[in-house]
Amino acid sequence: MSNIVIDKNRCKACYLCINECPRNLIKISDSTNNLGNRVVEFCDPEGVCLGCAMCATRCPDLAITEVYRG
Amino acid sequence: MMLTQVFKIPDSFRKDARYTFCPGCDHGVAVRLVGEVLDELGLRENAIAACSIGCSVTIYDFLNVDALEAPHGRALAEATGIKRARPDKFVFTYQGDGDFASIGLAESMHAALRGENLSAICINNTTYGMTGGQLGPTTILGQVTTTSPMGRNTEYYGYPIKIAEHIALCDGTAFSARVSLDTVANIRKAKQAIKKAFEVQMKGLGFGFVEILSTCPTNWRMSPQKAHERVQNEMMPVFKPGVYKDVLGE
Repeated sequence: MSNIVIDKNRCKACYLCINECPRNLIKISDSTNNLGNRVVEFCDPEGVCLGCAMCATRCPDLAITEVYRG
Repeated sequence: MMLTQVFKIPDSFRKDARYTFCPGCDHGVAVRLVGEVLDELGLRENAIAACSIGCSVTIYDFLNVDALEAPHGRALAEATGIKRARPDKFVFTYQGDGDFASIGLAESMHAALRGENLSAICINNTTYGMTGGQLGPTTILGQVTTTSPMGRNTEYYGYPIKIAEHIALCDGTAFSARVSLDTVANIRKAKQAIKKAFEVQMKGLGFGFVEILSTCPTNWRMSPQKAHERVQNEMMPVFKPGVYKDVLGE
């Protein structure tokens, strides 16, 4: 199942990835990181992630550290 | 089911490094693309970066390459010295528009005119980012900055410089292109352009140059999303992306 890995302490809450995801799987979470930002989280309960890596390509802070396609 | 990894942090990137750029700044994407290209061409061990002054200076904190700091604008003059002393090394610069096209315009143009075997990357965000958003050489007409509060007009401030076109006119240039980071498709094109600029140096063809249109959400006083819309709607009609010179002719 395709998935992404988010390093939440790298996230600076620019939220550019949210608009890139063609399946709208990235959302603003309730938790904050050690920079005090409300970070994004990946929620894909139905396993529909394409593994297209558009979110990781867009992320300016390398917060999406790994993308797996399968 | 087999999983294949389609994205990872470049090996050229320092593992413990964290970007110090503002949220939504495209410097982060540009530095990552440089790292990915260094990985793909296998250049990391052999590369030396000449660093500029401005937000772009921090590249040596993020990329695991040898680096030397240059006085403001003189990155290409310093890179010329490094390359002439060690022609076996891969030498590149990573500069902002203020560094490349304002204080360092003479050094940059003459490096291209001499046909130095170097690669240069210039980030164009139409303002001086690090010092607080003053009017820069690439500020577009009508743009409000802290030193042009009524917007840039031609009577008082003159016209913006189109760097990629000027560098393409130099006979020593092997590759000159302008790319944008506004969409994922354009980020992928930007990576190809950076790769080309690095390859012309490896083949000894001359000066390789890429101008990258980037955002500065803090100094433009915009959200990261709005800043990317501005790149599309206001910057790209003035600074048209494209390949302006390519001696490989592909």
